[in-house]
Formats: sequence, C-alpha cells, structure tokens
Amino acid sequence: MEILNYDIVILGSGLAGMRAALQAAKANGKLKIALVSKLHAMRSHSVSAEGGISGVLYPGENDDSLELHAFDTVKGSDYLADQDAVDVLVNNAPGEIKLFDHLGVPWNRDSKGKVVLRAFGGMSINRTAFAADKTGFFMLNALYDNLISFPNVEIFHEHVATKLIMSRGVFKGLAAIDLATGDMRVFLSNAGIIATGGFARSYGFTTTAYSSTGDGIALAYKEGIQLKDMEFVQFHPTGLIPSGILITEAARGEGGYLLNSKGERFMEKYAKSKMELAPRDIVSRSIMSEIEDGKGITDDRFGDLEHVHLDLRHLGEEKLNERLPMIREISMKMIGLDPSREPLPVRPVAHFTMGGIHTDINGKAANGLWAAGECGCVSVHGSNRLGSNSLSQCVIWGRITGNAAAQLATKSRRVPYDSVKKIVDEEEMRISELLNRKGTENPYDIRRELWSTMDRDVGVYRNLRSLMKAKAKVASLKARLGRVHIGDKSRIYNTNFRDAIEIGNMVRLSEAVIEGAILRKESRGAHAMREFPKRDDKNWMKHTLVRAVGDGIKISYLKVKAGRFKPMERKY
Amino acid sequence: MGQESKKVRINVNLFDIEGEKFVNKEFAITATNLTTVLDALIHIKETHDPELSFRYSCRMGICGSCAMVIDGKPRLACETLVTEMSSNLTVAPIMVQPTLKGLVTDFDDFFEKHKSVMPWLVRNDQKEKYDAKNLYPQTDIQRDTYLPFAECIKCGLCLDACPVENTNKDFVGPQALAQAYHYITDSRDQGKAVRLEKLDTLDGIWGCEFSGSCSKVCPKSVDPALAIQLLKSEVAKYRLSGSKK
Repeated sequence: MEILNYDIVILGSGLAGMRAALQAAKANGKLKIALVSKLHAMRSHSVSAEGGISGVLYPGENDDSLELHAFDTVKGSDYLADQDAVDVLVNNAPGEIKLFDHLGVPWNRDSKGKVVLRAFGGMSINRTAFAADKTGFFMLNALYDNLISFPNVEIFHEHVATKLIMSRGVFKGLAAIDLATGDMRVFLSNAGIIATGGFARSYGFTTTAYSSTGDGIALAYKEGIQLKDMEFVQFHPTGLIPSGILITEAARGEGGYLLNSKGERFMEKYAKSKMELAPRDIVSRSIMSEIEDGKGITDDRFGDLEHVHLDLRHLGEEKLNERLPMIREISMKMIGLDPSREPLPVRPVAHFTMGGIHTDINGKAANGLWAAGECGCVSVHGSNRLGSNSLSQCVIWGRITGNAAAQLATKSRRVPYDSVKKIVDEEEMRISELLNRKGTENPYDIRRELWSTMDRDVGVYRNLRSLMKAKAKVASLKARLGRVHIGDKSRIYNTNFRDAIEIGNMVRLSEAVIEGAILRKESRGAHAMREFPKRDDKNWMKHTLVRAVGDGIKISYLKVKAGRFKPMERKY
Repeated sequence: MGQESKKVRINVNLFDIEGEKFVNKEFAITATNLTTVLDALIHIKETHDPELSFRYSCRMGICGSCAMVIDGKPRLACETLVTEMSSNLTVAPIMVQPTLKGLVTDFDDFFEKHKSVMPWLVRNDQKEKYDAKNLYPQTDIQRDTYLPFAECIKCGLCLDACPVENTNKDFVGPQALAQAYHYITDSRDQGKAVRLEKLDTLDGIWGCEFSGSCSKVCPKSVDPALAIQLLKSEVAKYRLSGSKK
C-alpha cells in the first residue's frame, strides 16, 4: 500500500474530470493535482460523444439568444431542470467552445472561418458546434494533450477506486487499486472531484462503453451522500442493432428520416413541426409506440430485435463523409451496411443518466467534495436532456468545480494519515476478503441478469408491475453479490476483480433507479408510466432524493427551482 | 447472410504471469456473422476463463483500448468480425511493448513518446489560450490540412507494426511523429521551430526507414508514414531557410 498526499484528487478522466484538472492547474500552479482514472485517461467514455456541443456562439444570428437556449433546455427537461443552473449552462457554453478551439479541436468551419452550427433535437435553432461526428473524441484528446503539458498534474491511469475516505461527512481522500500491480494507493486530499460519468451500462442494450458503470456515484451513495432524480434514464432514439452503438442525433439533424415497416415517416403523428428533431424522450416513445402497433421491422441479418429504419440515403455520400464519417464507417464495419445505400436498423437504447450525485449549483456534493459531468445532478437536464447539452455541462461544471477545489486546496493543510488510518485499514481488509472469498456466484451471471432485467422492465415505457418485478429481481442480485467469487486470484491486472466492483456498483444504482421510478406517479421526460400517462405539475414538480440507509433506501423530495419559464404543454 | 451461428476455435496466445511466459489457450465458441473478436473474448472471460485479461471500453473503434494481434495482424478487436478471420483464429498481445498479463501491454513508454513531441497547440498568448475570448482564425481548408492526422486514437497498432520501433526502443515512433506533424500543420500552432529542432535527430524523423507498415495497420487511416516524410521535408526547408543545427 502506498499513501500519497495531493492538494486535489480528481476521480475520472472524461471531459468533466480533465477539464476540472486543467482549471485547477491553471488556477494555482503550486497545487499538486492527482487525476485518477480506471482507464487510460484518454479512453474515457467522452470519446464516444458524437454529434456536438451546444452553445450560442453567435448571439443575434438567426435570432438565437442565451434566453432561447435556456428556454429550449427547460422545455426539453419537461420542466424538471433547475432554471438557475440552466442559466449557468447557457451563459458559459460559448466560452467553452472557444476554449476548445484554443486547445486544438478541429471544429467544422466554413470558408471564412466561422464555426458551423448544426441542428439538434429540441433546439429551436442550429446551435450545436461539432467536429464531424467525433466531437467527444476530438475534445477529450485535445484536453488530454494539453493537460500533459502541466507539470503539476499527475495522471494515474488504470486505478480502480473502491472507497471514498470521508471523516464526519468531510472528504479526506480515496482508495484505489492500481490495476498494473494490484496494490492499493491511497490519495489523501482535502479537495476531491468526482467525474466518473453515468451508469447506462446497467442496461444490456446501451450506447455506452463497458466502463460507464457509475462507480463514483455508487461510492458517494455508499458514504451516505444523496443521489437525485435517478429514475430518469435517457433512451436515445437511435441505437444501432444489435450492439446498441450510438447513431448520433446529428444524423437526423443533417436531415435523416425515421421510417416504420410501412415506410412512413411516423414522427408526423407525434411531433408534426419538429418531426425527427423532437427531443429524445418524445422520439423514443414514438418509436416504441410504432413497434407496439406492429409497425416495427425485423431483419434476420441483425438478429431478432424489432426496430425502425433511419434513412440517410438522400443525404448522399459526400455529406455523409463530411458530416457523419464515423457512423458510416461503424455501420460498414459492424453490420456490413452502407448508410448511403441502405437504411440503418435502429431502436431506442439506454444512453444517458440524468440522475446522479445531488449537488448544489456549483457542483458541491459535500464538504471538500464536488461532482461534475454526468455523475452529478445539478440539475440542468431535469427529466430529459437535450442532445449536445451534455458536453457543455461536462466542461462547464468541470471548470466550476476545478476552480472551487483549487480555492479550498490553496488554503488547506495536508491530511494527516493517522486521522483516516482506521478507514483505510478496513478498506484494505474488505478488498482482501473479496479477493480471497470462496464464493459461489459468477459475477457475470449477475451482470447478465441485471442487464436483461433493466432492458425488459425499466425501459422507455414503464409500469408498476414490471417495476415491482425488477425491484424484487435486483434485490435478489444484491443478495447474491455477497457471494461473488473472483476466479482470478492474481494481483496483476485483475479485471475480474474490477468487473466485480463495477457490477456491485451497477446493482446498487439500479435499485435507486427502480425505487424512484415506482414512486413517481406521473409521466415526465424519460419516465413514462403506463398507469400515469400525464405530467402532474401539481404534485411532482420536485426532484427525487435517494439516500442509502444501511442496506436500505430512504426517499425524499426537493422542490424544483422554478424561474421565468412557466410549465406548459410540450408540443413540438 | 442471416444470423446463423457457427463454431469457431480461438487460440489466445497470452502472457501467463505465474510462469512468466507466453502460453497458448484454446477456446471453442459460437459466433454469428456479427460477433466481433472483442465479443468473443468477453464471452470467454464470462464463461470460460475469468483470468483472461484484455483492455476494452467503447467497443466502437474510438477509445483505442483493444489493440491486439489477430491472425498475425495488428488490429482493434472491437472492429474485427470473427467470421472475417480464419476458422482457427489466433489472438496475441501487441509485441512492441512489455506484456503485463494476458493480452494487456504496458503503454507508459508510448505515452512518454507522445508527450515528447509537445502534442498541444504551442502559443505565445497563454492568457488568451486558457481564457478564451475569441476563436483563433482558421478556415475549412486550413482545418482539412491537419484533420487526417488528428484522428489518432493512441491505440499503439502503428508502433507494433513498425520494424524500427521493434529494434530501436529510442525511436520516437510513428504515432508521436504523426502527432508532431498534426500540430505543426495546424494553422493555430506556433511551435513548428521548436518541434523541428527536437525531431531533427537519428531517433527522431531520421529513424524512419519508410517501410510504411504503420500506415497499413492504422485503423483510423492516419498515415503516419506520410506524416514522417512530410516532416523530413519540413526540416529540410527549415534548415535551408538558415536555421543552423
């Protein structure tokens, strides 16, 4: 075991975590910052973000304004967003797009050098900057490339965090296993930022990487920190069959059509004016309704999942190559289908978790601890995030929390190891017990059963019966976690151990998703209940708060921070 | 083609940490026409061999984790369909780096080489750079100049394919050199001279023997071999313009 002292420790190396590190490193060059990632830092799931980042880069043009971006975001959220946080988002987004230009992102530009903006779902005007359909990849790699020029940031690749060290509710550090050696490293610090992303991998059919398992959220939850709005899981309308790989919303932004088995552009029935560019909750519900109406498609080349078609043929090869090269490449490599010649088979797919660690508007989760990016719930997305608002959220709250952590760290003294030694010793014993246990459960059986449960019973449309079934199932999976057997007994690069930790995290978070969903007796955004098909503003303009109490769950509610945009019916 | 499945044998040549040597393990799996090598490895880990270790994350060819040697060629496991390969498929770690365990190799040296070429926009206006007020000027044509070289996912396949890298560990290598060229040709960069000074060495650009294998294996068509030849010509122009070594 190694004990290390840092001024700031950041867990997670996606856009939020690295943006926080960059900000803190700039804020005070004397601060020693540790960036801890379970992956090679530049391989975090932000690389898979495709379509772009929202921001009113040219206010006044096409009548766009910060006000309109805020309105679209609040309406898109189905009025569950906190409007003060939405203002922070829209006010800061343009500056971040400029910053990432300075970091080297190849924004698509025109011949005069203006950044090109594309259409996105629920945005009333084109305001999404992009770098082809690899925006997240270019942003994350530009950020990493710049971050390594800072001598005061040390990157710990491939370290799996297993425990937040909290003393009387105050952050003191975290414990992680270095995959390369199997040794524990303890990072002591008065300032911590969790930026570990979402947990959509608790579903089998998901766009997300295998690594999107919500580790930081689960670690905070286990320390008694509240989670917020966990029941809102965004289903992206267009996951490629059968893998779930994301086909960006920009495919529709560039003009793609959704077609049912009769060849009809069915969105006409559900969102007459925005059509395919309605927000994701509405498009995903519409696709599922078509499939349930018998207008889904099956194609034995791609397995038995019912789907609809995303038709891009009319865009032409040239536009596909300029604007959507990666999805063309992926379709050709993965399912042997060229979208310039054949429509793509797609269906709604778990994509983004609006819920996460309950924070204030500055991303603060506890004394000395912040959460930024998808793992935090500020909340700017409410019950349904608009496409391209996530990248802005990641980098803006990365910056905000990086600054806040730097301020605290500048006036803090180092954490004495003695004060937390007991917690560390207990954690070391817990890990060693887990590794040496003679269990009977293959963790991958638990994972497979979790995936099928979440896919089947906690999907786009929910009903109480299925949710209760899912609740019972996940409770039994949680009990089985206690008997997990780690077959790999070696210390070096033990991914069997890592997987078991991740699976445990996903089970705990799924429990919170299901509980929140059972109790929310309305349909709002990503939470569509059969029994309660309408939004209920009288009783449910409130966030769900979840706290772990021992092995159980305690739910409470928090009023939405309303503002100048009053709830109205969402028509698109 | 249909979703018919067929039996496939997969031979994994992995590094066994106990015996500290490479051993071959054979697995029989069922694959459909859409099963990737990564799917197959995950399946093996879940049901046959929990010790089997390999890197992966995004499974869509953009995170750069799953570089390995498949049927003798350096490839990404997530982009390689099992049925496209031989019916007696072999999988092995990339060999240019030390192997930690199973199919997992050590990227420390790779990341150091990447860092050594200053892979960031070198600017004289540090305040504006990090507190951005305006976009730096750049047109679509200027962007298209460096874009192909910016597609590098840091997967390590080009290093594995490079004959020089495999015999001279001090060679900066195709990945880092392509990134040097990427940043030098970005119209927003002001670090051309400092990078060319750094790379005008026998282990820098002059180490390349232009076998071109780096470009052949790059899953993102970055073409490091071209980048290195263009760097050589940049150095020549730079020296001719009077900058003495």
